[in-house]
Amino acid sequence: MKTLRYRNIRDKVMESIIIISTVLVLLPLIIIIVHVVVHGISAINWEFFTEELGSPSRAIQGRPTGLVHTILGTVVVDFMALALAVPIGIGAGIMLSEYPDHVLNPTLRIMNDTLNGMPAILKGLFAFVLIVKPMGTFSGFAGAVALAFVMIPIIARTTESALMSIPWSLREAGLAIGLPRWRVVLSTVMPAAKTGLVTGILIGFARAAGEAAPLLFTSFGNNYLPNNWLGFIFEPVDTLPQRLYSLAISPYSEWHSMGWAAAIVLLLFVIVCFVGARLLTRKKFQTN
Amino acid sequence: MNESEKDASLKELIQKPTHAIYRWLGDRIFMTVVVLLGSAIIMLAFGMAWVLYGEGSQALREFGFFQFLSGRTWDPAVQLQFGTWPFLFGTLVTSIIALAISLFPAIAVAVVSAEYAPKWLSNIIDNLVQLIAAVPSVVIGIWGIFVLAPWMRDAVYMPIFMWADVNDPGLLPILGSPIGYGMTTATIVLSLMIIPYTTALTKDAIESVPKEQREAARALGATRWEVIRMAVLPYARGGILAGAILSLGRAIGETMAVAMLIGNKNTLPFSIFGAGATMPSVIVNEFREAVESLHLSSLMLIGFYLFILALVVNLAAAYITRKYSITAGKVV
Repeated sequence: MKTLRYRNIRDKVMESIIIISTVLVLLPLIIIIVHVVVHGISAINWEFFTEELGSPSRAIQGRPTGLVHTILGTVVVDFMALALAVPIGIGAGIMLSEYPDHVLNPTLRIMNDTLNGMPAILKGLFAFVLIVKPMGTFSGFAGAVALAFVMIPIIARTTESALMSIPWSLREAGLAIGLPRWRVVLSTVMPAAKTGLVTGILIGFARAAGEAAPLLFTSFGNNYLPNNWLGFIFEPVDTLPQRLYSLAISPYSEWHSMGWAAAIVLLLFVIVCFVGARLLTRKKFQTN
Repeated sequence: MNESEKDASLKELIQKPTHAIYRWLGDRIFMTVVVLLGSAIIMLAFGMAWVLYGEGSQALREFGFFQFLSGRTWDPAVQLQFGTWPFLFGTLVTSIIALAISLFPAIAVAVVSAEYAPKWLSNIIDNLVQLIAAVPSVVIGIWGIFVLAPWMRDAVYMPIFMWADVNDPGLLPILGSPIGYGMTTATIVLSLMIIPYTTALTKDAIESVPKEQREAARALGATRWEVIRMAVLPYARGGILAGAILSLGRAIGETMAVAMLIGNKNTLPFSIFGAGATMPSVIVNEFREAVESLHLSSLMLIGFYLFILALVVNLAAAYITRKYSITAGKVV
């Protein structure tokens, strides 16, 4: 028979072990963020946002270099991906939630989860075969397609749950005043679920914006600004995660510190999306 | 819009004879568009498998399915001989060990957040854990390259290596060269990166344990830990298991941080501290430089194997969630 004293001691011991484990999990995150901020802030300067990278000799000789082409490229590629992914993701979400009896739905749900669970690198290979091979060149568009593959399943799933959370009575009210079904979805259900939809898009966007693996085979990277804006779409384009990888594995210490600067920009961007999504969800729950 | 206008528009909305064309055709078009968009996702998933298989078929014909799987030579330069066993081995070892390391802490975080912490603290913990998943893996990778790996080399690998050198030189080949970039470093980083998935599903499961279950245990005089151990965790085992498998899937597919830290050595045998490679890391490292079509095709075939592996893991997680979970198939 275990004594009460023994049980109480065990209770305390387990509590401490569990709390220590939690601290051990969260500590590395804080260490990583502190390191990125410390190294990043000391490496960041005005030229980082105004100059293009150029060849390694430029950085070694101390001439001004930066990642303006990378930042612009990231914006173009990410938003192109968003434009491709939002219609498909939202459409699939509507199909799952508003036509629950459709024969394809079980398949769609499984396939969407499958796609979501696939390593992003495979989405890069897929986009390579679909876009890069026929076009004959790496391009920003191919990168956008690869990132869209990352966003689509996330947006589809969050759209479904956002629309599902709208009470069925709202749809019935719409149908009762004589609205056709498509107007019910577009004018009552979707506006009511607006916050959830935006949150899902933000989450998908943030996830895709941090992906480097699919971009290595699609937008490839570029040390210079393109000659004109179309170059961001039809030529190899630099993007932050992929450039960060190239800088980090390069042998030049000047590029390493620029890598830290890229890391802080990327981290800041992702955290802003993340906090935005969190705040939106919180507001949603408060009004409910 | 003032009141009378609102009334008028409402009246118009109610009384407007909606034309059959507008209703019938509108519904048809809307549904067709929505179903087409939904089918696009189905086609994407099938297309991905099809494309990877098609591109890898040259290597598949050359080496055969199982020979490629068990082949131990990866030589793109001289013999043009390709086998994926080193990478499959690297993937399985790193991800399973990472899961083993991370499982207990991940459950502990969920327990603290659901049972011990007050509401405000549990909110902070949840957000921080989700933030781990949100930090891009290249950012973790650059931290690993410049901070973690050198530190591990100086503080952990070198002392152990030196100790082994003096006391038991037979261990040296097993330990491998302590350069800092290798299997152990990659596994440690992986175990951190996959924690959020187990934690999220475990916490969901813990929260859906009925309150009566806890109260009954408390009424019997159980201590707090005994309540968790006997009344909560057994009830949540489905969520824990599904979360663990989902985490395993993430570990298998994790690319950039691993590619930056594992050292990228294509030949067996791997050693504990020494360099290794995984299936995603070899694709990242060699795809851009592959010139031979057989080399390219072999990399695509590794992608196809990776697809199958990820598919099996994901389906298993989905099956377990549906079977055991009290939340009836709801995943994160």
